[in-house]
Amino acid sequence: MIRIEKLHKSYPIGKEKLHVLKGIDLHIKEGEFVSIMGSSGSGKSTLLNIVGLLDEHDEGNYYLNGELIKDLNEKKAAILRNKFLGFVFQSFNLISYKTALENVALPLYYKGVNRKERLEIAMEYLDKVGLKAWANHLPNELSGGQKQRVAIARALVTKPKVVLADEPTGALDSTTTDSVMDLLRDINNEGMTVFVITHEEEVAEQTKRIVRLKDGLIISDELTSTGKAKAV
Amino acid sequence: MFDLDRWREIFQSIGKNKLRSALSGFTVAFAILLFTLLFGMGNGLQNTFKNEFAKDAMNSIYIWSNYTTIAYKGNQIGRRVQFKNDDFTFLKETYGDKIQTISPKIQRSSEVVYKSEKDTYSVRGVYPDYYVLESAEMMDGRFLNFRDINEKNKVVVIGRMVEKDLFGQLSALGKQINIEGIIYQIIGVFSDPGGDSDERYIYTPFTTMQTMYGNNGYLDEFGITYNPDLSIDEAIAFGNKMLRELKEKHNVSPNDQRGIGLNNYATNNKEVSGIMGGLSILILVIGFGTLKAGVVGISNIMVYIVKERTKELGIRKAVGATPNAIVAMIIQEAVFITAISGYLGLIIGVGILELAGPSLEKYFILNPGVSQPVVIGATLTLIIAGLIAGYLPAKKAASIKPVVALNSD
Repeated sequence: MIRIEKLHKSYPIGKEKLHVLKGIDLHIKEGEFVSIMGSSGSGKSTLLNIVGLLDEHDEGNYYLNGELIKDLNEKKAAILRNKFLGFVFQSFNLISYKTALENVALPLYYKGVNRKERLEIAMEYLDKVGLKAWANHLPNELSGGQKQRVAIARALVTKPKVVLADEPTGALDSTTTDSVMDLLRDINNEGMTVFVITHEEEVAEQTKRIVRLKDGLIISDELTSTGKAKAV
Repeated sequence: MFDLDRWREIFQSIGKNKLRSALSGFTVAFAILLFTLLFGMGNGLQNTFKNEFAKDAMNSIYIWSNYTTIAYKGNQIGRRVQFKNDDFTFLKETYGDKIQTISPKIQRSSEVVYKSEKDTYSVRGVYPDYYVLESAEMMDGRFLNFRDINEKNKVVVIGRMVEKDLFGQLSALGKQINIEGIIYQIIGVFSDPGGDSDERYIYTPFTTMQTMYGNNGYLDEFGITYNPDLSIDEAIAFGNKMLRELKEKHNVSPNDQRGIGLNNYATNNKEVSGIMGGLSILILVIGFGTLKAGVVGISNIMVYIVKERTKELGIRKAVGATPNAIVAMIIQEAVFITAISGYLGLIIGVGILELAGPSLEKYFILNPGVSQPVVIGATLTLIIAGLIAGYLPAKKAASIKPVVALNSD
């Protein structure tokens, strides 16, 4: 599903260049539940942004669903994002003036689905994350955990191939963290590839494979106990 | 083209961000309001000006004869120059293309009697075309026509004050009056914006009058309106040429200021139109200044709006909005707000002008108002400004990498 070869990325800082990713090789197959671990500055968010087509890499190859990602223009990137990828962010990134239901329906709007159908599908996914009753609430009337579940419903609504979650539990307490991770696991159990970025050991433990990053390089890549159990 | 879903997005964005929308709308509405008011008052000032000079037709030329003051070609000084019917024919035939209407005129002061009422009025023998020259308006009946001329009918058209003097509250139409012993029928009553004195004239067919006074083919004056297609300079040249040729024809020295007189309104018009032109430029400058302020205002607000929405746009991009979708959304919203609030400003402006118009007359502002093309032009300008003002920042926002947009707060 995701294949990365010798990926490099650097950011200009004034006249200097900050080399963030220094040659990453990573292969994630369909249906995997992977977490990327690392301290801040290790390059994990940069990796997710590149995987999510929110940013461009400098060197190396990136294949998404078998397609080489190279010199994408914004329009093509937008279409690919809409088709293959669902995003869950640490800060939820819901549009504040839209209700939960409308936020979930937004990706479908850009996919060209008509209004009636889009609201039906969105409601279905809100139901799935247990927030049907909150469909007409604005984000600021929801708790952090609820907001994140709305965001997850939004990520899922286009039936993407991969869900990318950037510190999805970073702003949540431990109870809600568990419920969000449970939800991600359920999604993965249904066959969706889930790609989580975190710096919390407990969160990573709940995935099936942990990739550890340090200073822009992969230092370890191993299956967790649940991952091994599945593999066996 | 019509995309209900996109309109829904826009209405939601406007509705949920009322303050933002109201502020940008206010700028535009205010600009158009000011523009309408200033432009309207400018026009009102111009109207006052026009009105002052519009008592007679603006393209009139009057020619009359008098006693010569210079001996010329064997003629003695102090000779009375007499126009005749052949001068009328001469002018008509020579200048047919430059003349819009022409009428000869004989004018006599006569005693007019109706029953026991009598008074002295100026009686003018004219052609039907003379009607145009005086800017008179028929209140009752009709003006003279060519049949009256051909048949030398004994009919008259009287001014409003004549009717008032002789008939009091009664209608004069159809009544018969006695002018110097001859009975005429009244076929019309006119009013004249020139005032009471212009409403004390009595008009009768030129041919009728010429027959009454000697039947010698003599006439006193010509009233001409020149072809309105002539420029002011051309009209002045035309007047001078006629004067020159008439002087030649009647053996009057070219330097004789009195023998034949000519009053060309084009000469006055030139001065008036100079002042009017100045006024127009002033109005334009004021109008464009206001519009420009509006354009700058809306541009600033659009930049701010797009900046404020950068994060939202990043989210939209993350969930699959193409840059074009983003640009189109912002522009459509901008144009919608500018168009609606521009229209609102216009309505308010026109409303104020309507209400305040009558009380502004003492400040020399008459019928203030703006013409439709100006208003539409102004609104279009602002819409285009909204378009450009929205496009540039929207384009910029749409090209920001989503990751940067998402991280902006």
